[in-house]
Amino acid sequence: MPRKRVRLEHAVEYLSILDEKGRVDDKLEPDISKQTLLDIHRMMLLSRRLDERMLTLQRQGRIGTFAPAKGQEASQIAAMAALSGDDWFVPAFRETAAMLWRGIPPENLLLYNAGYSEGGAIEEGSHDLPISIPVASQIPHAVGIGYASGLRGLDEVTITFFGDGATSEGDFHEALNFASVLKTPVIFLCQNNHWAISMPRGRQSESRTLAQKGLAYAIPSLQVDGNDVLAVYAAVQEAAQRARDGEGPTLIECVTYRLTVHTTADDPSKYRDEEEVEKWQGREPIARLQTYLKKKRWLSDKQIDKLEKEIEGQVDKAWESAHERIESLSDSQVIFDHVYAETPEYLESQRQSFADRLKEGE
Amino acid sequence: MAELNMADALNLALTQEMEKDDSVVVLGEDVGVDGGVFRITDGLLERYGERRVIDSPVAETALTGVSVGLAINGLKPVCEMQFSGFSYQGFHQMEAHAARMRWRTRGGHTVPMVLRMPYGAGVHALEHHSESKEVFYAHTPGLKMVVPSTPRNARALLVSAIRDPDPVVFFEPKAVYRAFREEVPDEEETLPLGESRVAREGDDLTLISYGAMLHRALEAADTLAEEDGVEAEVIDLLSLSPLDHSRFAESARRTGRVVIVHEAHRTFGPAGEIMARLTEEAFYYLEAPVRRVTGFDTIVPLFAREQDYLPDQERILAAARGVLND
Ligand SMILES: Cc1ncc(C[n+]2csc(CCOP(=O)(O)OP(=O)(O)O)c2C)c(N)n1
Ligand SMILES: [Mg+2]
Repeated sequence: MPRKRVRLEHAVEYLSILDEKGRVDDKLEPDISKQTLLDIHRMMLLSRRLDERMLTLQRQGRIGTFAPAKGQEASQIAAMAALSGDDWFVPAFRETAAMLWRGIPPENLLLYNAGYSEGGAIEEGSHDLPISIPVASQIPHAVGIGYASGLRGLDEVTITFFGDGATSEGDFHEALNFASVLKTPVIFLCQNNHWAISMPRGRQSESRTLAQKGLAYAIPSLQVDGNDVLAVYAAVQEAAQRARDGEGPTLIECVTYRLTVHTTADDPSKYRDEEEVEKWQGREPIARLQTYLKKKRWLSDKQIDKLEKEIEGQVDKAWESAHERIESLSDSQVIFDHVYAETPEYLESQRQSFADRLKEGE
Repeated sequence: MAELNMADALNLALTQEMEKDDSVVVLGEDVGVDGGVFRITDGLLERYGERRVIDSPVAETALTGVSVGLAINGLKPVCEMQFSGFSYQGFHQMEAHAARMRWRTRGGHTVPMVLRMPYGAGVHALEHHSESKEVFYAHTPGLKMVVPSTPRNARALLVSAIRDPDPVVFFEPKAVYRAFREEVPDEEETLPLGESRVAREGDDLTLISYGAMLHRALEAADTLAEEDGVEAEVIDLLSLSPLDHSRFAESARRTGRVVIVHEAHRTFGPAGEIMARLTEEAFYYLEAPVRRVTGFDTIVPLFAREQDYLPDQERILAAARGVLND
């Protein structure tokens, strides 16, 4: 009997609760307070407007290249809202929205994007990691952090974000397998935004879903509508519970869309049609959430207008203070700080000669 | 003859080699439809089709490992790493296999591949996009390591690299990609790997550099001529491995005074090896200790301060005047 069927359970669930028309499946509606939903909404708007402002600032040459989060706000913010501040956040490079939810001041994001590492400073004791630009390289960190939480007896969950492209990297596969074998309390959140620079999702992998890659490692895995705040929240809440119950990792594929450039250095007209973008524009997450909140009478057009004004002011102020900080940050000696806990002698002398030159130049 | 920038000159080299030799294939992230994030492979997909121009998944280990396999089986892969900072997943394949295959099989299998990548600071890029870690490759026996400096030599060296029977790591100074144009002949041109050139003649002082920093060394040489009446010879290394020491050693014996300029970190940087060769080949002719102007031993800073990291005119001139007065 050389050929026997190995029985495997291979099904990937797709979870959608709030559809693009704003209709809700009440049976699946998660228990989220009104206040949390309004906070999520506010943060999504802030992220969107900050993104737009940064695009303008970049075009004016005031800040450098960055990766906009436009269109992916639900995947990021609803996920973070389902976790607590003690849980760990391990981002890739497009997680502006999630970072804002974690309380990172917009001013710091602006400072970082203007090319100053002070903007990337993280307070000691924080459970946020800095952005990680090498694709997929942060995913193993989440597994280590999660395992450490278990070993130290801490009730913490770790969430890590990455893109569809990242699932092609070895780091992704090694990390998933590791987490599964060690049953670490980790949530792998893949934002399938359909593009990895110019590579469409369909050419990144022949797998029908990215979620099914988790099944190969015996990790509970599902797809959710990544532009649906309710579905993302519900999926992450469930995954977090599983992690806290000692049942190990979950892979969540948020199906969403990159509504704008890959980064400000990119020209998508070279590789994708506007029609596709328009189609996804109709499914974008903010308007959808607004419809839902309005139906519940938790939000009105008037309140939205007011909020928009507030946010505009907040973004103005963030840029003002980032700008002021830049003006006050003229001494570049800081490039020698924090290479080591204690600066070795040879490096200190490099700093000294650098500082002497600065002084002479004055 | 056409006036080309380095990006176009590299594109010309790829186009002509693909035209001439069916075994040349190009692979990398975004190299096809997008034409590469720096447009170095622009137009190749349209011309040579998707079997020879492979838009790959985001997977550097596979890109380099697959290139090793392609090369073993009769093709000439030209593999692009989007930035040198993302080549480390592929470094494993280069060190463990590309570099050793000829040696381990006693010549039975060879890996005639080219691993191209942009390196270096100065274009306001993101973190991990501005490093200059050529020593990782130059330190590895079995790999050749090339760093062009101008459109014309970039084109000629890339052609030679593609035709070379050994794996060649080809570092492209991204700050030079579109910095200036130079006459590049239409007809094919090659340059031997492992041979440096004299970029400027002089008898008073020798400046040794390569890649993007060569242009800063040349600028300093002009200033020295103007302000100090000193004629500096400027040597452009072009290859770090094999390292051609005969030319710079000869120059050092003539001038007795040497300054080395590179943007790689200082400690264990290329200047260390160059100084060692000078000690071996020109010690008794040196009239002053050799000096080096390099990137600092810190993380390459974010773009607002990247110029603080890089060797600049002030530092190069101070070192040059220092060795002249020692
Ligand atoms: C290891 C590595 N290789 C290549 C790159 C260049 N790069 C930056 S983003 C990107 C595509 C990533 O796609 P995806 O994972 O889908 O994330 P998205 O950009 O869509 O958020 C590539 C190839 C990189 N940053 N790191
Ligand atoms: Mg993507």
